[in-house]
Amino acid sequence: MATNGNSQSSTAHLTTPTPLTGAEILWATLAGEGVTDVFGYPGGAILPVYDALRKFPIRHILVRHEQGAAHMADGYARASGRVGVAMATSGPGATNLVTGIATAMLDSIPMVCVTGNVPTRVLGTDAFQEVDITGVTLPITKHNFLVTRTEDVAATLRHAFQIARSGRPGPVLVDITKDAQQGSANFNFEAAKPRPYRPHPMLRVEDSGLDQAAELIRNAKRPVILAGHGVMESGAMEQVRTLAERAQIPVALTLLGLGGFPASHPLNLGMMGMHGEAWVNDAIQEADLLIACGMRFDDRVTGTPATYALKAKKIHIEVDPAEINKNVKVDVALVGDLAEVLEQLLPRIAGRDGAAWLKAIEASKGAVAVHDIKNLPDMGHLYAAHVMHDLWRMTGGDAVVVTDVGQHQMWEAQYFRHERPRTLITSGGLGTMGFALPAAIGAKIACPEKEVWVVAGDGGFQMTAAELATIVQEKIKINIALINNGYLGMVRQWQEFFYERNYEATPLVCPDFVKLAGAHGIAARAVHKRAEVAEAVAAARSAAGPYLIDFQVEKEDAVYPMIPAGSALHEMIRRPGKRVKDPLEETADE
Amino acid sequence: MLHTFVVYVEDKPGVLTRVASLFRRLNININSLTVGRSERAGLSRITLVCEASAEAGHRIRASLFKLENVVDVDDISQAPAVTRELALIKVAASPQTRAQIFDLVEVFRARIVDLTSESLMIEMTGVESKIEGLIEVLREDEGRILEICRSGKMTMRRGHHVSSVVKAMTVTPAGSADESAEAREKNVAGEAD
Repeated sequence: MATNGNSQSSTAHLTTPTPLTGAEILWATLAGEGVTDVFGYPGGAILPVYDALRKFPIRHILVRHEQGAAHMADGYARASGRVGVAMATSGPGATNLVTGIATAMLDSIPMVCVTGNVPTRVLGTDAFQEVDITGVTLPITKHNFLVTRTEDVAATLRHAFQIARSGRPGPVLVDITKDAQQGSANFNFEAAKPRPYRPHPMLRVEDSGLDQAAELIRNAKRPVILAGHGVMESGAMEQVRTLAERAQIPVALTLLGLGGFPASHPLNLGMMGMHGEAWVNDAIQEADLLIACGMRFDDRVTGTPATYALKAKKIHIEVDPAEINKNVKVDVALVGDLAEVLEQLLPRIAGRDGAAWLKAIEASKGAVAVHDIKNLPDMGHLYAAHVMHDLWRMTGGDAVVVTDVGQHQMWEAQYFRHERPRTLITSGGLGTMGFALPAAIGAKIACPEKEVWVVAGDGGFQMTAAELATIVQEKIKINIALINNGYLGMVRQWQEFFYERNYEATPLVCPDFVKLAGAHGIAARAVHKRAEVAEAVAAARSAAGPYLIDFQVEKEDAVYPMIPAGSALHEMIRRPGKRVKDPLEETADE
Repeated sequence: MLHTFVVYVEDKPGVLTRVASLFRRLNININSLTVGRSERAGLSRITLVCEASAEAGHRIRASLFKLENVVDVDDISQAPAVTRELALIKVAASPQTRAQIFDLVEVFRARIVDLTSESLMIEMTGVESKIEGLIEVLREDEGRILEICRSGKMTMRRGHHVSSVVKAMTVTPAGSADESAEAREKNVAGEAD
């Protein structure tokens, strides 16, 4: 979006009478773009840049692995809407960024990665720590650049920021050879301004399409709004809410859409898709009209497309023309910025009586609630769902929660009720384990005034646990809720359902996480019972420094409901009521 | 179905990789690819032919536009257009057997562009089927064809059609946009001095 750029500081001082080195130009340009924080790791090919850092008012956060730097820049962008910046040296430093770049690409996160490279004269010679990182990242960046001339540094970086934050945002990588960092050139921030941004030429919002959409909405008996990540990217929260309220249309959210529409709103259905609540998916399957707002009909949302919402006409409001009719064929496509499109559509929408449909959906909730673990007694067990529910209650839903990937991620999405945008930060598209801890560091640095919680499983947490040291060195106050079940839980769940309980390579021997935290000088405690949850959360919140809670939860619990991959949305596996040896059997019946 | 795209791209290193990589990513085989200069300095023109489902056309065009270096994309799969290929064919021919080749070349409206005592080179432009026809006839005599070099397709819409995007770019003063950016930088540098 044009609106989510970093605020640019006054650029009057950004012309220098004497030439600067490429390294200095880099920092001066970042400062001019409004960058205040950079996540990185030094090395030979980027040393000139690090040498020049002390002259500029930019904070550098030293990470423990470059993947962490990319996730931090990503978390920073997701929490604030500003462009996150990660930095690494050539070769292994650059390739370590790759997972983080792909994560940002799949979720359309504005990010600029700066890598050093070997001097231009040895490019392509397999020099020490040389890798063709623009080649490597070509399919996982929105665009990337190789800079070999000092005089191109400023213009290229500014162009990179423009690309990262415009249209459908995404990561951009700028690879700068060492000689370009060392050379000198005149610096003029204004002159380095990129050409005006050209919107995608296939954006189309025609009156006929708007009229058609309005008529479909007017005539619909069972409409559902599908709200995705685009609601937040576009800043269309108000418009979506107005549409829903005026036409009395219930709103289902994608995972990345959570927070875009208040969880407490009477029209909020909750999360759709593979682990969405039954009534949400049933409503979608029964709907006669879907109004998709800033979402892309991902396979985790649709199940098998051939069986998806067959009774429904579909309106797709989307900023990326390449998403139209990609997964699901739609009847009306309004291709443009969501907020702008809705502003044009809303005057055509009149009040509508949606009572009968809303009542029907409401009725379907009752039957499902019986199965809800939230309504089951714990009988001395600790369930992750209970932890999420309590964490939500105790933080008042105000915290920024950064989750990893797996069962805990789905439980968080189900039981932590997000009222506001950018309060849930999670890797949706790529599903990157190891994302939570570094992304939370980025989120906290972007929003120091916010309470930030990491919610991670014991598997994913260990992928990037080295960043605990970063927290300490950079004095970052975040709280960590470890959902520890001694398994790669989601994989184990698939093995349970689809591979005859052959738990191959999923049991996990973990370190004592309390001691691990202690070794870093981080306060920590383990929790085994639900009764201890509240006290531990309170202790973490009141602690001055970072705090880790090792929630040792039920080992073989599963996320319900679940739509098996390749099934239709209504073919879901429900939490079993009567299964021998199910831990919930005893809790439910005793 | 066969899709034909005319794509204007910035003439810079790596741009062709980005275009080709998009098709690789979509698991679509490129049947034919021709790249060359266009009517505008700094812009190359690509004619790309690929086999994909009818619905894929929209997504390919939309995805091409998302590439930063792509300036314009025209899907002319269905449009009336002129398509040509170029072929250079070297055939073995002695002074005794040349006459027969000359006749063939005449019939196919091709040209002889090189001649030695042992071989000659035929240049031919036309639609794919015409070039195939000549090659087929030449193949009747085994061992006669020594080398074949064929271009991909070049396609242009019929009628008074020009790229509106490229036309709009022409409004700016001469030179590519990058050159003018450079010139601007130079000017500024001059001022700074």
